[in-house]
Amino acid sequence: MTTQRSIPHNNLKPNLIVIGNGMVGHHFLQQLVESGAAEQWQVTVFCEEPRPAYDRVHLSAWFNGSSADELAMGTPELYREWGISVRIGDKAVAIDRDQQQVTATRGEQLPYDRLVLATGSYPFVPPMPGHDRKHCLVYRTLDDLAQIRSAAEGASRGVVVGGGLLGLEAAKALHDLGLETHVVEFAPRLMAVQLDEDGGELLRRKISELGVQVHTGKATELIDDGEQHLHRMNFADGESLETDLILFSAGIRPQDELARTSGLEVGERGGIVIDSQCRTSDPNIYAIGECALWNGRIFGLVAPGYSMAKVAAAEINGEGAAFTGADMSTRLKLLGVDVGSIGDAQGHTPGALSYRYSDEAAQTYRRIVVSEDRKTLLGAVLVGDNSLYDTLLQYALNGIELPAQPESLILPQSDSTAPLLGPDALPAEAIICSCLNVSKGQICNAIDNGAMTVADVKEVTRAASGCGGCGALLKSVVDNELEKRGVEVCTDLCEHFAHTREELYHIVRIEGIRSFQELISKHGRGLGCEVCKPTVGSILASCWNELITKTEHIGLQDTNDTFMANMQKNGTYSVVPRVPGGEITPDKLIVIGQVAKKYNLYTKITGGQRVDLFGAQLHELPDIWQMLIDAGFETGHAYGKSLRTVKSCVGSTWCRFGVQDSAGMAVALENRYKGLRAPHKIKFAVSGCTRECAEAQSKDIGVIATENGWNLYVCGNGGMKPRHADLFATDLDDGSLVRYIDRILMFYIRTADRLQRTSVWMDNLEGGLNYLRDVVINDSLQLADELENQMQQVISTYQCEWKATLDDPEKLKRFRTFVNDDSNDPQIITIQQRSQPRPA
Amino acid sequence: MNSPINASTTQWTTLCQQSDLVPHSGVAALHNSEQIALFYLPGETDQIFAVSNYDPVAKANVIARSLMGDIEGRLMIASPLYKQRYDLQSGECLDAEELRLKRWEVRLREGVVEVGGTC
Repeated sequence: MTTQRSIPHNNLKPNLIVIGNGMVGHHFLQQLVESGAAEQWQVTVFCEEPRPAYDRVHLSAWFNGSSADELAMGTPELYREWGISVRIGDKAVAIDRDQQQVTATRGEQLPYDRLVLATGSYPFVPPMPGHDRKHCLVYRTLDDLAQIRSAAEGASRGVVVGGGLLGLEAAKALHDLGLETHVVEFAPRLMAVQLDEDGGELLRRKISELGVQVHTGKATELIDDGEQHLHRMNFADGESLETDLILFSAGIRPQDELARTSGLEVGERGGIVIDSQCRTSDPNIYAIGECALWNGRIFGLVAPGYSMAKVAAAEINGEGAAFTGADMSTRLKLLGVDVGSIGDAQGHTPGALSYRYSDEAAQTYRRIVVSEDRKTLLGAVLVGDNSLYDTLLQYALNGIELPAQPESLILPQSDSTAPLLGPDALPAEAIICSCLNVSKGQICNAIDNGAMTVADVKEVTRAASGCGGCGALLKSVVDNELEKRGVEVCTDLCEHFAHTREELYHIVRIEGIRSFQELISKHGRGLGCEVCKPTVGSILASCWNELITKTEHIGLQDTNDTFMANMQKNGTYSVVPRVPGGEITPDKLIVIGQVAKKYNLYTKITGGQRVDLFGAQLHELPDIWQMLIDAGFETGHAYGKSLRTVKSCVGSTWCRFGVQDSAGMAVALENRYKGLRAPHKIKFAVSGCTRECAEAQSKDIGVIATENGWNLYVCGNGGMKPRHADLFATDLDDGSLVRYIDRILMFYIRTADRLQRTSVWMDNLEGGLNYLRDVVINDSLQLADELENQMQQVISTYQCEWKATLDDPEKLKRFRTFVNDDSNDPQIITIQQRSQPRPA
Repeated sequence: MNSPINASTTQWTTLCQQSDLVPHSGVAALHNSEQIALFYLPGETDQIFAVSNYDPVAKANVIARSLMGDIEGRLMIASPLYKQRYDLQSGECLDAEELRLKRWEVRLREGVVEVGGTC
C-alpha cells in the first residue's frame, strides 16, 4: 500500500454544465446524484440569482414568515456534498457551440461536453406606456418579493394585472400585506385557461367576498400619475383605477435568450425546441422546464419540468427515457378557495358532453366533461370544493370507464350510491403523487418491501412530499393495500385492550376513570402488560395528574418512572435535577457538585443544558434528592415520557444579536409544562434570534425570536431519524405563543399513539401541518378552549414528585436495594476513568 | 402453584415481612448472599413468586424492578433494561428459550414471607 495521497483526476471526467438553478435545475441535479451519474461527470452549475434553488411554488409563504432558508431546496453545503460546483450569482452570458464553451459573467470560459439549459421563464409585462414606473413590479423571485414588501410600506392599494393562477397567488400576497387588493384581467373571467365561465364567475364572487376586487375584461392602455394614489391605470373602456403598487402577473415567457444568441432552434413565440429526449437542435445541449418547447407547448408547472429533468438525467446517464407530455391538471387553494381543473376543462374535444352541478347556497360548482360515448372522463372544473378532485383525476388519467350515469360523480350523495373511486379501482400505473411522479405500483412495491404505514411509504417513495395534496389519497391506497395483503391493520393497544391509545384516552376522560384496575375491569381483560400499563399510566397522568407514586399507579410504570430516576446498564440510576432554561445559579451548581462528590457520582453535562449524575444505588436516591430539594431543585423528569428541557441561548439580555429574552421565555415555558406527561418525551428550545443557537428547529416545540415576537416551529426531533421542525406560525406575542403550544401539546396527548414522537404523529395526521394549523389556529374542531382548560388543569396540579415522595415515609420504603438488608448491591463495582467512576 | 415439591422436607426461612412487598410489583431481598426478586399479586388468594434478581441478559441485579403482567394468561414479568419477558411460574424466558430465571419455593405465613429451597 502506498501512503502517497493521490490527487483526484477531476479533469479526466467529462464536463457537464447546467445553466439555471431553479426548481427544475435543482431536480435535475438530484436525479443525477441519485442515479449515480453525478460521479461520472464534472458538474458545474450557473445560478444567476444570489441564492441557490428555492421553492417558487410556495413563494407566498415568504410573506407569512417563511424565511428564504425555509424555502431553500439546494444549499451550498448540499451541493458540496454532492460534489457539484455551483457558481452562485454568476450568469452564463454566451454559449460557443463550436468550441463547446460557456462564457461566465466575468468573461471566464468553461468547456462542456454536455450542456443543460434550465433557464426557466420570466414574467410577461404588457408593454403599455408607464409599465416601468416606480412600484410597478413582478412576482417571480425572492428579490421581487422583497421589493414588493418595501413598496407596500406606505401603500394602501395594490393592483395585480393578470387573473390567472399566478396572478391570484400574487393577489393573496398583497392581501396578506394588508393592501386593498384589486385584480385586473384582460379576459372576461378569472383563470381563463383552467376554468369555464360559471366556474370563473363563482371564483370571482368568492374572492370578492374575501375583499379582493376583481375587474375582468379590462385592457390597460396607459399608466400615469394618480390623484389619490401613486398611479392611475387607464383602461380601454374609458374607466380608470388608481393604485400605489402594480404587480404584473400576466403570464410567463420562456427564458430562451442564450439559446437564441447561440443559434439553437426556438419556437415562433419563444421556447427552446426539444425532442422527447429533451435534446435541443444541438445534440450536446438539453433544455428542461419552462424554457423548453415540446411539441409546440410550454409547460408552466413544476411537475412536467421535473419529468423533463428526469428524462434529461437518464439520457445523459446513457439510459433511454422519453418525455411524453404532461397532465396539466391543477388543484389549488387560491385565497382560501378550492379550485380544481382537470384535462379538457372547457370541453373543446369534438363531441364532448358536459354535466354541471352548481350549489349557490354552499357556493360550490362542479362540471365534468365526458366523451361522446359517455365512457371516459375528459375534464372537470371544480370551484369551492375539491373533495372530488382525486377521484375525477384518476378517472381522467387512467381512462377508467365511467358509471352508467356519469352525473352521479358530481351530484350530492344521498345514500350508498357513492361513486367515489376506491383505491382498488386504480391501475398500477395510476399516478398518486403527481409532484414526485409516484404511481400506485411504486406504493405497492414499497409495501411489498416492508413499508407498513403511510409514514414508511412516504419515506421510501417520497410521495406526498411535494405539495402534499395527495395525502388523503395516499392513505387510502396504503390502507387498502395493507388490507389486501392480509396485513390486518390491528390498532389494538395489546391483548389486554381492544382499543387504540386515543380511544383509551377518551374513555378515561369521559368516564372519569382514575386507575388502571378500573379501566381494565371495565374495558379490558387480564392483568395488563409492559405495553398497556405504562401507556395507561401516562394517560391517567395526562388527564388527572395524580402523583405517579400513588400506590395504585406504582405497578404501571417502567422502572424509571417507578423510582423517578434513569436506570443505567449496571442497575444503578442517574439523577437529573431540573435546570429551567439551562439557567443555574453558582450556589446551585455548587450543591450539584457536593452531591456528586458525597455519593461518588459520575457527572456529565447533558444536551438539554443540565447536569446528569450517574451511579446512584436505589437506596441512595432519597438522600440525594433530599440534598437537592433542600437547595431548591425540583425533579427534572428525565425518566418520564414528559417534558424534558427547554434549551435556550442567553438572548437579548446579554447577546448583541438577540431580539427577545429567549432565556426568560425558556424558563417560563419549562416551568409551565414541567411534569406534563405525554405519549413520548417532549423537548423544547427557544432561540433569541435567527442565528438559532438553541437549535430550536430540532425540537418538538421550537421558538425563535423575531423583531416582532416569536416564530413557532413544531414537530422536529433529533435522535435516530432527525427531522427539522416545521414553521407553524410567525410573529406571535407571548400570549398567543403559549396558547398555541397548549393546544398543540394537548391535541398531541389526545390523539397520538403510544411512544409516537410529535414528528411521526404529524406525518400521520391526514392533512399534516395544515390540518394541525387548522385545529390549533382556526379552531376547526372547536376544541381550543377544551384543550387549553385541560392544560390548565395539569399545570395547576403540578407537584414535584420527589418532594412529595420525601414527605411520605411509606413511599420511601420502596427505595431499598434489599427489603431485608441495608447493604449495597455487592456486584456493583466501579473503576476510575478520567478522574471519575464508571461501571467496571 | 407455589406448593413445595415435598412439603415435609422443605426448610422454610423468614425472608421479610408481607408489608415489605409492593402489590403488582417487585422487591429484592438478600438470602444467603443470593439476591431474590419477590413479586406479589394480591387477590382472593395472594400469590407470591421468588425468582433470581440477576438478569442474565443485562448481567445486572435488576429483575426485581421488572414490570408485572400477563401474556396469553401466563403471569410474566418484563425486565427493566432490555425488556425480555419471563414466565413467573416457570422462570422461562418468553423471548429467548435458552434463558431461565432460577426460582425458589416461597410462601406467605401470617404476614411473613418465607423462602424454601430452589426449584
